[in-house]
Amino acid sequence: MKQTDTRSSEKQKRQQTLKRVLRYIRPYGFFVFFSLLCSAVSVAAQLIVPVYCGDAIDAMIGRGQVDFASVLRIAAAIAIVTAISAAAQWILAACNNRVTFCVSRDLRNSAIRKIQKLPLSYLDAHPSGDLVSRVIADVDTFADGLLMGFTQLFSGVLTILGTLGIMLYLNLAITLVVVVLTPLSLFTAGFIAKRTYRYFREQTVVRGQQTALINELIEGQKVVQAFSHETQSLEDFDRINDRLGAVSLKATFFSSLTNPSTRMVNNIVYAAVGLISALYTVSGGITVGQLSVFLSYASQYAKPFNEISGVVTELQNALACAARIFDLMDEQDQIPEAEHAVAFSSHGHVALKDVAFRYVPDKPLIENFSLDVRPGQRIAIVGPTGCGKTTLINLLMRFYDVDSGKIEMDGTDIRQMTRHSLRGNYGMVLQDTWLKAGTIRENIAYGKPDATEEEIIEAARAAHAHSFIRRLPNGYDTVITENGGNISQGQKQLLCIARVMLCLPPMLILDEATSSIDTRTEIRIQAAFARMMEGRTSFIVAHRLSTIREADTILVMKDGHIIEQGDHDELMRRNGFYTRLYNSQFEESKTPQQATGHQTCSAAELRGF
Amino acid sequence: MKYLKVYLKNYRTDSILAPLFKMLEATFDLMVPIVVARIINVGIVNRDIGYILRCCGILILMALVGLVCSFTAQYFAAKAAIGSTTGLRHMLFEHIQTLGFSEMDTIGTSTLITRMTSDLNQVQSGLNLFLRLFLRSPFIVFGAMIMAFSIDVQMALIFVVVIPVLSVIVFGIMRWTAPRYKKIQSRLDGVTKSTRENLSGVRVIRAFGREESEVKQFSEANDSLVDLQLHVGRISALMNPLTYVVVNIGIIAILYAGADKVNSGVLLSGGIVALVNYMNQILVELVKLANLIVSISRALASLSRVEQVLDTKTAMTFPEKHMAADGSRPEHQASCPDDEAVRFDRVSLIYAGAGAESLTDISFSARKGQTIGVIGGTGSGKSSLVSLIPRFYDATSGQVSLMGQPIQTWDRESLRSRVSIVMQKAQLFAGTIRSNLLWGNPDATDEELWEALKTAQADDFVREKSAGLDEPVEQGGRNLSGGQRQRLTIARALVRKPEILILDDSASALDYATDAALRKALRALPGDVTVFIVSQRTSSLQHADQILVLDDGRLVGYGTHRELLDACGTYREIYESQFQKGDARQ
Repeated sequence: MKQTDTRSSEKQKRQQTLKRVLRYIRPYGFFVFFSLLCSAVSVAAQLIVPVYCGDAIDAMIGRGQVDFASVLRIAAAIAIVTAISAAAQWILAACNNRVTFCVSRDLRNSAIRKIQKLPLSYLDAHPSGDLVSRVIADVDTFADGLLMGFTQLFSGVLTILGTLGIMLYLNLAITLVVVVLTPLSLFTAGFIAKRTYRYFREQTVVRGQQTALINELIEGQKVVQAFSHETQSLEDFDRINDRLGAVSLKATFFSSLTNPSTRMVNNIVYAAVGLISALYTVSGGITVGQLSVFLSYASQYAKPFNEISGVVTELQNALACAARIFDLMDEQDQIPEAEHAVAFSSHGHVALKDVAFRYVPDKPLIENFSLDVRPGQRIAIVGPTGCGKTTLINLLMRFYDVDSGKIEMDGTDIRQMTRHSLRGNYGMVLQDTWLKAGTIRENIAYGKPDATEEEIIEAARAAHAHSFIRRLPNGYDTVITENGGNISQGQKQLLCIARVMLCLPPMLILDEATSSIDTRTEIRIQAAFARMMEGRTSFIVAHRLSTIREADTILVMKDGHIIEQGDHDELMRRNGFYTRLYNSQFEESKTPQQATGHQTCSAAELRGF
Repeated sequence: MKYLKVYLKNYRTDSILAPLFKMLEATFDLMVPIVVARIINVGIVNRDIGYILRCCGILILMALVGLVCSFTAQYFAAKAAIGSTTGLRHMLFEHIQTLGFSEMDTIGTSTLITRMTSDLNQVQSGLNLFLRLFLRSPFIVFGAMIMAFSIDVQMALIFVVVIPVLSVIVFGIMRWTAPRYKKIQSRLDGVTKSTRENLSGVRVIRAFGREESEVKQFSEANDSLVDLQLHVGRISALMNPLTYVVVNIGIIAILYAGADKVNSGVLLSGGIVALVNYMNQILVELVKLANLIVSISRALASLSRVEQVLDTKTAMTFPEKHMAADGSRPEHQASCPDDEAVRFDRVSLIYAGAGAESLTDISFSARKGQTIGVIGGTGSGKSSLVSLIPRFYDATSGQVSLMGQPIQTWDRESLRSRVSIVMQKAQLFAGTIRSNLLWGNPDATDEELWEALKTAQADDFVREKSAGLDEPVEQGGRNLSGGQRQRLTIARALVRKPEILILDDSASALDYATDAALRKALRALPGDVTVFIVSQRTSSLQHADQILVLDDGRLVGYGTHRELLDACGTYREIYESQFQKGDARQ
């Protein structure tokens, strides 16, 4: 009962998928219609040519018995049919191309629009590789498989029906021979495929193992060389390489038996048809020309069957891909903007009131969180990994929505303003130094595309990025590649800072913004940061003491709560968690410290903070 | 081709037999229309049922013999293709082992991995196809023409015209589309890149409110892809109708000219049937050949990428066996003090392909048993400096000497056994903890392993593992924490009992207490081990005998912590950036 349930629901789902697919195809319905029409025309033409050939042959019985008028008429008919069929074939392909490519484009465009609207909770939880493969590979497989499969199925069925019809018209018995024997080649192919599957699986497994070993040894090549481990590595490699060779030989050989075997079966069918037809011809049941028609059909009749059996898997595959794409499209959008959402420009007064938030329903993270930040205050957030520092920023930027309580900006609930304007009030620098593939200029001007050259250079200077940019071969026109391989991590971070420097919104969020910059450079851009933060409400997540100590308020977070709050001196005086963390770092390196009499705080970086 | 040939030579018989048997099978295919013509011309005309039966028997026999030939061909082809690519894969791996660090950097590991895996697979299947089919298709095309000549010379002239015309159409269209398909692929890559960017940059895109413009850019990339696809599609869609037209014109010509011949008694109708069959066969084979050429040119491209790696020879050569490997001292180095371990003399380094110097004019010397700290900002050349000591790279100018002898005079084995380096990236290999440690010295006893673990502060956590030293390590050490991995790599280097030990920022994942304990244990190592510690933290280096301060590839300070605080501005800045201002001199 249960099983039939799931089966019927699966079927239902497939039907739904199909319906939605049709919705995407509908704008191109005209092309689909034309494609089917042309397909029918070309199939008909291709079937009729052998018949004409047979007629022509029958028109030339022997010496002095040739009906030239018929031959000429037939030749003309073949010419006309050929012309029509060729045109139909070309239009068919053109229509198919248009439908396939345009549907892919439409799907991709709606997918990317969807991605912009998805809540971050979805995007954070799904590996981007998987989403990329849906937008790219799945759409490709779907469009190719579905549309090509569909037309192939259509023309395959037409071919089979047409062939059958003509053969039946010519001779029943021979038709039966063809119909009964032809599927034999399908069975042969299926039989071999089933038998060789084992070898293929084995090949896949061994190949996987080898790839893993190659990955490991090549990535560790420097270690291999440093430890003179080359001989041993080669031995390991050869062992698996030889095994792969042996398995591949079997898999390749056995699978390559399919084609010859089906060919042999087809040849035998051909011989059988030839025999029966010849006997009929001798007895006068059919003409020589009709015999040639049967022979040419016998050699081609198996083809549409082979194609159709391939098409079915292809179609299933395509539907599965379509379902994966639609799953993405069906994901719930982020909560829509409030009805009367306003554009809002802040003075920098932020208040969190009784905020609760959790990523996973049964794992509370932030609870009863309240905080009032006055304009211009500098808030540092510290605490152990996983305490909710970054989560707080996700909430401030409304990347995630609070579960209960509210966040206010100048007294207005941030859910009452447009996301665009809310986020426009913050300048954000994250630890993840994301840059767009494009020039350095474009990247700095990302938040303000109409910025002037002077503004861009000014921002770069302020972020201490100008000097290194100038030294690059193409200066501000240097193209940053996708992975940013051509500039260092620290330089990327400087560009991210410059990007914010250019907009200078009323509030700032710096999440480990200087983590990839060495301490000396950091000191140098501290000044720029300080200037940037002047008069701006700033939230800073950092592990380096220098940044933390200058904050107006330090929030010490643990397990989603603020457990201590105050400036550095107050917190040290309170002798609580902050002091303990601070001192524990100090204690650990005390031994060597004492040896030189350097009783300074060696907690240079509050790692783990 | 030269490298593949080496291995293909071992399979010479197989690679000759495979196409031969394939052609034998094709011969039977070519005979079929002739036999059918016989059935019509002799069997049916004479109403000779026995003859018809015999002919069909021949057809079936040919099918069976063809099958045997074909199986034989497939076997030899698979054997030759797989055998020789397996050999080539061995050769490639062996070759990669000999590449120096500089070549590895230039080529890149991910490239090497693709060459070893997907490229070689492509070569394998391409070679297999080549051996099986490359001679078969042309053979059938020309065979059909020759058979046509055997039926009637004048009729065969139709084939002489049709075959070149068909070839021009098939190969012309392929030639036109091939480069454009590449362009389509690169535009598709553009769309992929844009998708990935939209996902990876989602926070920044939303923070700056650039969603709409991102969608617009994506659509533009998407449109340009579709435009090209449609354009190329229109041309490549011409192939089928055009060839169809040409073949049917050929058939019309056969029928038209054939009518005359039959009427004058030169030909029988069976001959016409056979000619029409040949015409159809030619089309099928030409299309196959065209597709085959696509896969083979892809395989050739892969092969040339593989051979490109094989052609890369390492620029670094080691002498066979060093005369001083037993400890004796060559005379030309008499001037250096006895206890000198490492000496840099005006050393500069430019990486292959880099424009600027990574190290500039570095000179210093380290005595045996000393601990040398190396400090500097990111990209200041710290790692570059220490990687010259095990001779991972050769200095572009200047001289690096080890134990008083120029580093180029050391043979690889004795050099690498004296110098042990722990790299930034803690790289372990699938196996057990023991198998990983034994990399340092395959003959080490358990006692020695535990000793090394103890020094590396790793003995506690290894002891806690249920299997101890035999605890399995997964690929890349995934089942261990970053700190554990780091300590194991340190232990691995210690097992080697090196004279020079280099820790290249390899304690970054350790907490302060462990780091301090590690440094203490290293100081207590028996013998005169010279230790280089690369670090960003001044606190890790305060007790070093000497500290090298690097800034932008130059040595800007050399001395003890105290001396440097007084004399080296850069060092002081680094120090102060990590400590509270004003605290440094307390």
